[in-house]
Amino acid sequence: MSAEAHNDHAVDHHHDDHHHGDDHDHGSFKTYMIGFLLSVVLTAIPFWLVMTEALAPQTTGLVITAFAVVQIIVHMVFFLHMNHKSEGGWNMLALIFTIVIVVIAVAGSVWVMYHLNTNMMPTHDMQTMG
Amino acid sequence: MIFGRLDWNALPFHEPILVVTFAVVVLGGLATLGLITRYKLWGYLWTEWFTTVDHKKIGIMYMILGIIMLLRGFADAVMMRLQQAMAFGGAEGYLNAHHYDQIFTAHGVIMIFFVAMPLITGLMNYLVPLQIGARDVSFPFLNNFSFWMTTAGAVLVMASLFIGEFARTGWLAYPPLSGIGYSPGVGVDYYIWALQIAGVGTTLSGINLIATIVKMRAPGMGLMKMPVFTWTSLCANVLIVASFPVLTAVLALLTADRYVGTNFFTNDFGGNPMMYVNLIWIWGHPEVYILILPLFGVFSEVTSTFSGKKLFGYTSMVYATVVITILSYLVWLHHFFTMGSGASVNSFFGITTMIISIPTGAKLFNWLFTMYRGRIRFELPMMWTVAFMLTFVVGGMTGVMLAVPPADFVLHNSLFLIAHFHNVIIGGVLFGLFAAINFWWPKAFGFKLDKKWGLVSFWCWVVGFWVAFAPLYVLGFMGVTRRMRVFDDPSYQIWFIIAAVGVGIIAMGILAMLIQFAVSILNRDKLRDETGDPWNGRTLEWATSSPPPDYNFAKTPIIHDSDAWWDMKARGYERPTDGYKPIHMPSNTGAGVILAGLSTVVGFALIWYMWWLAALGFFALIAYAIFHTFNYKRDYYIPAETVQATEDAHTKALAAAAAKG
Amino acid sequence: MSHAASLNPDYVDEAGRPIYHPVEEPHHPEGHSTMLGFWMYLMSDCLIFAMLFAVYAVIGGNYAAGPAPKDLFDLPLVALNTSMLLLSSITYGFAMLAMVKNRTAQMQTWLAITGLFGLCFLGIELYEFAHMIHLGATPQRSGFLSAFFFLVGTHGLHVTFGCIWLVTLMVQVWRKGLIPANKRRLMCLSLFWHFLDVIWIGVFTFVYLFGMLR
Repeated sequence: MSAEAHNDHAVDHHHDDHHHGDDHDHGSFKTYMIGFLLSVVLTAIPFWLVMTEALAPQTTGLVITAFAVVQIIVHMVFFLHMNHKSEGGWNMLALIFTIVIVVIAVAGSVWVMYHLNTNMMPTHDMQTMG
Repeated sequence: MIFGRLDWNALPFHEPILVVTFAVVVLGGLATLGLITRYKLWGYLWTEWFTTVDHKKIGIMYMILGIIMLLRGFADAVMMRLQQAMAFGGAEGYLNAHHYDQIFTAHGVIMIFFVAMPLITGLMNYLVPLQIGARDVSFPFLNNFSFWMTTAGAVLVMASLFIGEFARTGWLAYPPLSGIGYSPGVGVDYYIWALQIAGVGTTLSGINLIATIVKMRAPGMGLMKMPVFTWTSLCANVLIVASFPVLTAVLALLTADRYVGTNFFTNDFGGNPMMYVNLIWIWGHPEVYILILPLFGVFSEVTSTFSGKKLFGYTSMVYATVVITILSYLVWLHHFFTMGSGASVNSFFGITTMIISIPTGAKLFNWLFTMYRGRIRFELPMMWTVAFMLTFVVGGMTGVMLAVPPADFVLHNSLFLIAHFHNVIIGGVLFGLFAAINFWWPKAFGFKLDKKWGLVSFWCWVVGFWVAFAPLYVLGFMGVTRRMRVFDDPSYQIWFIIAAVGVGIIAMGILAMLIQFAVSILNRDKLRDETGDPWNGRTLEWATSSPPPDYNFAKTPIIHDSDAWWDMKARGYERPTDGYKPIHMPSNTGAGVILAGLSTVVGFALIWYMWWLAALGFFALIAYAIFHTFNYKRDYYIPAETVQATEDAHTKALAAAAAKG
Repeated sequence: MSHAASLNPDYVDEAGRPIYHPVEEPHHPEGHSTMLGFWMYLMSDCLIFAMLFAVYAVIGGNYAAGPAPKDLFDLPLVALNTSMLLLSSITYGFAMLAMVKNRTAQMQTWLAITGLFGLCFLGIELYEFAHMIHLGATPQRSGFLSAFFFLVGTHGLHVTFGCIWLVTLMVQVWRKGLIPANKRRLMCLSLFWHFLDVIWIGVFTFVYLFGMLR
């Protein structure tokens, strides 16, 4: 019986630090406002850059891409409360895996289709095949 | 207007083969329905099977669906072999192009989506919760819904046989042929909606099983103590969730082209048909790994059990599986080397394709080293596993040959390709499924399968496979293209005749398997297993009675080592006989049947352009789904007394079996 | 091989013997897998959108001698739309903060405001689509327009479903209060709603802004 009593303690201990319902991060007014204000800035600047044509198109393209990536991260952190702890790290793992697949599929498709278009679409110049 | 484009011409009165088939189906169907009614089984079927959320019953229903569809898909194969064996010297054979093209399309679609996928899903559904010491999957209702959505897709495909027609595009329906211009009929629409509906089921099932494996393992079962089958199931389901959305998107774009006139895959107005090929294979390659990985897990379980040895190289098996999962996303272009992406792109994908064969090779060596110095018992599951090793390896090697782009330029879309993929799918997936069925049938039903008929089936399949497909390798080298209906060169005919003989031998193998099932059921008392562990198994499913009780485990087991059941037996584990508590269980529900039924109606309506019915059905679907969410009471408790009684019965059975043996 | 070495140390009695069953059954409370499962569904949805972005990247430049982005895109309108969605995200956040504090009435109010912002977003988008179609820039006109309408339209469809879901949840909270099941559903919708805003970042950047740069 003492074996079971010992087990009892071990299991009780586990139960105490696990309350159901709220081990999820919900943020606070402050974090939502920070996220919101950052998002506003990270949206306004790209719009402004494009509408005023302040920089060369290539540069603008790179800058607004960078801003988009940063804003996505802002959303992930401040709105989606993404961190390495939620769901024992599985959420983060799922996200990273998805990003890897997305990058492979999108970049791979663009690369493949560029080559296919160059070689195979009508009225192509034979010299450009490769 | 009411019937859209459906009229009496949709019924195939002009095709005698279909008229006969229809008559047989109607008679058989009426007989079945009649028998069910006569023996008053509708209530039983509805409450015990159709509305169940028990993963074991859902798994069995998936297997039944897969085996029924195997018969349909195989019938298509027989028809093709006969046609190709006779269509020489000016003879047209017995199938016109209109019919033949549907047959090879349906054969591929059915075998992949409605045979292999359901059988694998059924297997994983049945086993994973048992292997991890859980009572059910994470989302039992979704599990039921997923099954019925898959069935809905199968129903649409079968309906196309008698109402309208099926696609004539090959199983991947490349545009522009599958576009509205070249395929204005209902065939491609049947294809699209069957796959989209079934795809919802598959994707949800993937999410379900991943959550189950992540969240519901018994205490002490860390990831590296899971059974290998559970590992391969985890990776296969990750592949499902990470690839089926691509199929959903591509089919949706094709749907838009056909229904609304967009220009994704058209030849003009800025469309790009090559993009369809690219996208569909981004799905298509991971799909074949979805098919094979669970069976690799089966082989691991079977090999270690019937060699009486722990699996050699557990860690490397896990790593190999994970590596295959990731690499499967880096090879897809090898399916269209010849489409013209050029040397740099082709080289990259050729190299990655060759690399991906390495972890599979590692697995094979691990199985061989497991067998080495083991005490091997050649029960049927082990025989199927050895047959797999010998057959699949050849198919894998022809795959590596095809991975070399210059070779593929000659062999692409030849019968060599057809031989290769049938070699790996039959040798790998199908032989694995037969091993699994023979291995786990006693667990699911409480009695073993008849060995004699199992041997007949085995030898017919192994011999039949080689007789049917070795000629195709030869023909491929001779330059014969796939999907041909009529041939000019008489030197091919002998090979096609041999292949047709092969398919006849396979037919006997399938018949023998069905006889095996029937004989085993009739002789079940003689074949009974009361122990729950007829093979001296190693993993947790063998710790339960056969069949397991609804709740699987009266008390959740604690895991100390991998091969948990073997470990428990070795340490002298004694089953508890009292101290049971009430067990929390999810309730049955008809919502899955209803939602899938409505989906079938919507799909059928969209196929036939019955817009009013499609809209009505869609609104009903949404409304019912919302209505279902207002039901919060979806569970019940099994009283402790019931658990006690069930466990007592098993204790008695174990004692009786011990006294006998 | 020493048996004792592979024993699970958490489940061994004082005599060193293995324990095979816990005294208390492990508790899998209802809905324990929901957040993980829903997150995985979102990842699969993300992949669908990624493919639509890939399609847009490949054929988004195929104007078929028809209207191009510069002829059609109204950046100030898109900026307005973006702000509707962003505001709806923050108001949903406020709804969640109220939910955590069990302030049902306050939460319902923020949800209603979120829904209104969502409907504004949809209204503006429908206006934009109608205007483009009126100019002859239909989805059938070119590969570019097919890809545009499908990508942006799919996002809009998701927002529509989100609004329906939001109303349903408001009714369910009104009827049953903030029971754990409803809280879980609200958290799932929260993930869904913010995720749609993340996708929109991709849309306004790679479709609208890049479109004006081409």
